Amino acid sequence: MRWGVLLAALVALPFLAGEYYINLTSQIFIFAIFAASINLLLGYGGLPTLGHSAYMGLAAYISALAALKLGWPHWAAAPAALLGTVLVAGAFGLIALRATGLGFLMLTLALSQVLWGTAYRWVSMTDGDNGLRGLSRPFQIDGATPFYFFALAVTVFSLWMMARYVGSPLGAALKGTRDQARRMSALGHDVWLIRWVTFVYAAFWGAVSGLLFVYYHKYIHPISLSLQSSAEGLLAVIAGGSGTLAGPLVGAAIVMLLKNWASAYIERWNMLLGFVFVFIVVFMPEGVVPGVKRLWLRFRSRA
Amino acid sequence: MRIANLTHGALFMLGAYLGVSILKRVPDLWLAAALAGAAVAVFGFFLERFILRKLGGNVLGQVLVTLGVSFIIADLCLIVWGGDPIPIPTPGWLQQPLRLFGLVFPAYRLAVVVIAVIAAVGLYVLIERTRLGAMIRAGVDDMDMARAVGIPVSRLFTTVFCLGAALAGAGGVIGGPIMSAYPGLDADMLPLALIVVILGGVGSLLGAFVGAFITGFVYTFGVALLPDLAYVILFLPMILVIAFRPRGLFGKFAA
Amino acid sequence: MRLGLMTVKTGPLASGGIDMERALIQYLKEKNYALAGRKVELFVGDSGGVPAQSRTKTQELVERDRIQVMIGPLDTASALATDDYIRSQQLLTLSVAAAEDMTQRKPNPWFTRGTSTSSQCSMPLADYCAKTLKMKRMVVIADDIAYGHEMCAGFMRVFEDNGGKVVQRMFPPLTVPDYGTYLAQLKTNVDGIFLGFAGSNGFRFLRQMNEYGLIKKVTPVGGMTALDEAVLRNMGDEALGIVTSCWYSADIENAINKRFVANFRADWSYDPGFYAAATYTEAAVLDATLQQLKGKVEDKAAFMKAVRSIKVDTCRGPVQFDQYGNVVGNIYIRKVVRKFGRLVNEVIHTYPNVSQFWTYKPDEFLKNPVYSRDFPPYKNLES
Repeated sequence: MRWGVLLAALVALPFLAGEYYINLTSQIFIFAIFAASINLLLGYGGLPTLGHSAYMGLAAYISALAALKLGWPHWAAAPAALLGTVLVAGAFGLIALRATGLGFLMLTLALSQVLWGTAYRWVSMTDGDNGLRGLSRPFQIDGATPFYFFALAVTVFSLWMMARYVGSPLGAALKGTRDQARRMSALGHDVWLIRWVTFVYAAFWGAVSGLLFVYYHKYIHPISLSLQSSAEGLLAVIAGGSGTLAGPLVGAAIVMLLKNWASAYIERWNMLLGFVFVFIVVFMPEGVVPGVKRLWLRFRSRA
Repeated sequence: MRIANLTHGALFMLGAYLGVSILKRVPDLWLAAALAGAAVAVFGFFLERFILRKLGGNVLGQVLVTLGVSFIIADLCLIVWGGDPIPIPTPGWLQQPLRLFGLVFPAYRLAVVVIAVIAAVGLYVLIERTRLGAMIRAGVDDMDMARAVGIPVSRLFTTVFCLGAALAGAGGVIGGPIMSAYPGLDADMLPLALIVVILGGVGSLLGAFVGAFITGFVYTFGVALLPDLAYVILFLPMILVIAFRPRGLFGKFAA
Repeated sequence: MRLGLMTVKTGPLASGGIDMERALIQYLKEKNYALAGRKVELFVGDSGGVPAQSRTKTQELVERDRIQVMIGPLDTASALATDDYIRSQQLLTLSVAAAEDMTQRKPNPWFTRGTSTSSQCSMPLADYCAKTLKMKRMVVIADDIAYGHEMCAGFMRVFEDNGGKVVQRMFPPLTVPDYGTYLAQLKTNVDGIFLGFAGSNGFRFLRQMNEYGLIKKVTPVGGMTALDEAVLRNMGDEALGIVTSCWYSADIENAINKRFVANFRADWSYDPGFYAAATYTEAAVLDATLQQLKGKVEDKAAFMKAVRSIKVDTCRGPVQFDQYGNVVGNIYIRKVVRKFGRLVNEVIHTYPNVSQFWTYKPDEFLKNPVYSRDFPPYKNLES
């Protein structure tokens, strides 16, 4: 019921708000998919990943390079980007899943830094610090509103697919490995395989967000593969509430709004971002969504 | 202590900036380093006592909070000291290069190496050979039993955290003549620290020492031989070691 | 009239970005916030040095604040990221960033640049090194970014065309904390080393060069951002005597600059450098263009035509623009001396009317690929 209301509001937005807000919301959609894909690993799998921007950036770069160097049209470049990213993610997953916790975090970071460094230094391919530009959007959706609806459709589909995964038996097993890995193993589940499949699935949706990103900006630069980008995604998930479906969306909106909108009014928005996250973790450690739910229930029970 | 602390780079940077200001009143580098270390330790005290303690065991929460705090520190430094890089002068008697065996070595860097060795040995003796160190190790291995035996674990942890913060802060000043204080210093230092710890193995001082050597050597030589792979080479030793040995070289527990 | 400033106020590029804002506000204050009879409203955007953010902020300035002219952005990557948006929106842009191709092979008709391309200042310096300083063998070192590659390529080309040889080149990563590895590899049987660093890297490299005892052996010369006034004020005697080239120096002796420097110093207690002078110059260009159009900024095509036809006296000397929108003006060779109790970049030589093509013919210049790590090829490297 609540989702329906939200969807209706989002569909109505372009008819009510100016171009700037439409574009801002499109960006929130892109970031929301990214955050939700991190959440699969972090919230439902208990695996903190600090290198997820690698998949977003890699898909964006493959799409851009296919168009610029090979002249491929979008209906060929997009699957190539998704496939390439998934293959790399499969390989990375083999390495990263040798550890858990902080070790896993560092390995995902290290692997994404390797990709970042490659994007930076392989100048003949990627033009390094200049980034790649002169790109186009599929179906010529150059206007703010057409792109908005495209992004909305992709976002709804992506989130639905991720929700289906979490709700499936595999998703239940995943949550099991998060909470009680040893017990799951004793019960005969292949914990490693469950995690690896999730890793690749999460990377796939990260790649989808990467494609939307490069379509929106029509430009890609190595900084999109950086630690900074991964950290922002991680922050969005934890702020909104890991382990819930709505959490990453709320978190993505919070981070995007702070970055783009608050920064116009508050000069020290970087610090504000820091304070917001410290506040959320200390007072609402489960994230904004569960935290608000908790406060709401408490409020209701008093009434 | 098994705390995922991503603020450490920012503490280093804070120490460096504080050192800049302290040096204006107190022109001695070593004294400034000690004072800056003390100041950062105080900051570390508040961080551990009031924020990190609530998050014991919650790795993700620790990561996020410490990341958030590092943003705050970075922005504070930008406000107070501005965006330009500020050099820290090398002590006069160490400014001349040393000529040994026909090669030239900057004297100050050799001094830093000596200090690092002293600090490492000092820490090792503290943790492994003193009663205090034994209590700390007991608290890490089994918090409840240690408490049951009367060890004030919480207070000890706070002390250790403050010590770590003090070392970071003093390190910022001591590294100052080489690195200077500039925005972004925290982001440059933190990955190095994390790589060394994970590579060497969490919970092992020897591991940190060895890890630092390996990382330093591989990076420096790698950059000279294969400059195009500079970023890759920094992470390569860690990736290789963890892939084959998830505990790191000397780790007591998987990170 | 609504004016936008696209700059960087947070992150590593912040100090230059903040200077950009300060100098622009100073100019507007001097004119009482009115140019050519029109009241000016200023909107400032902060990109944090991230290109995608720069693009988003530019969109915000255009779509939400409805700016008509944009000064900036600061860094090359942001300019490239915003290139297509500027084209599609026909946003009148007076840039600080040096992205060469935007006024060369892929010229953007709405884009002009009053500062310099990356190599516009390094090419005259190479000429000076070869002819006046009589250097024969040199090393080039710069940050491993397009800006660094372009500067070194231009330098190498002119130096070798004048009989010199570049025998070594090094491109350390932009954020390397320690240049020890590079200093250890530096050849010492050379006359000089060209520093193509940006931000604080130049000054850090020089300090470390000093520590390794190399400054006396290999004479450093610097590109336009290596020893900028912003960095110079934190340096000591190790900087004395170093020659650099730039399109600006706080030491330039013209009336406009003297007033600019005096007022800037009075407000902020330091000399304006590259970034402050950039926006002060662009503001003067904007002012002159608007005067010619009698304030009508709405006619975009007319604006672009006017900008390419004016000649303005600014703090950096006289400027005009070539047909691609890039500035043609003086390039100054400067030497660091101690004056008035502080370090300044004293002007020792002026190359007048330097364009982005130096002494090469534009058509031939543009037939070659853009300056990069690999073009022109370094033919004289010794291992």
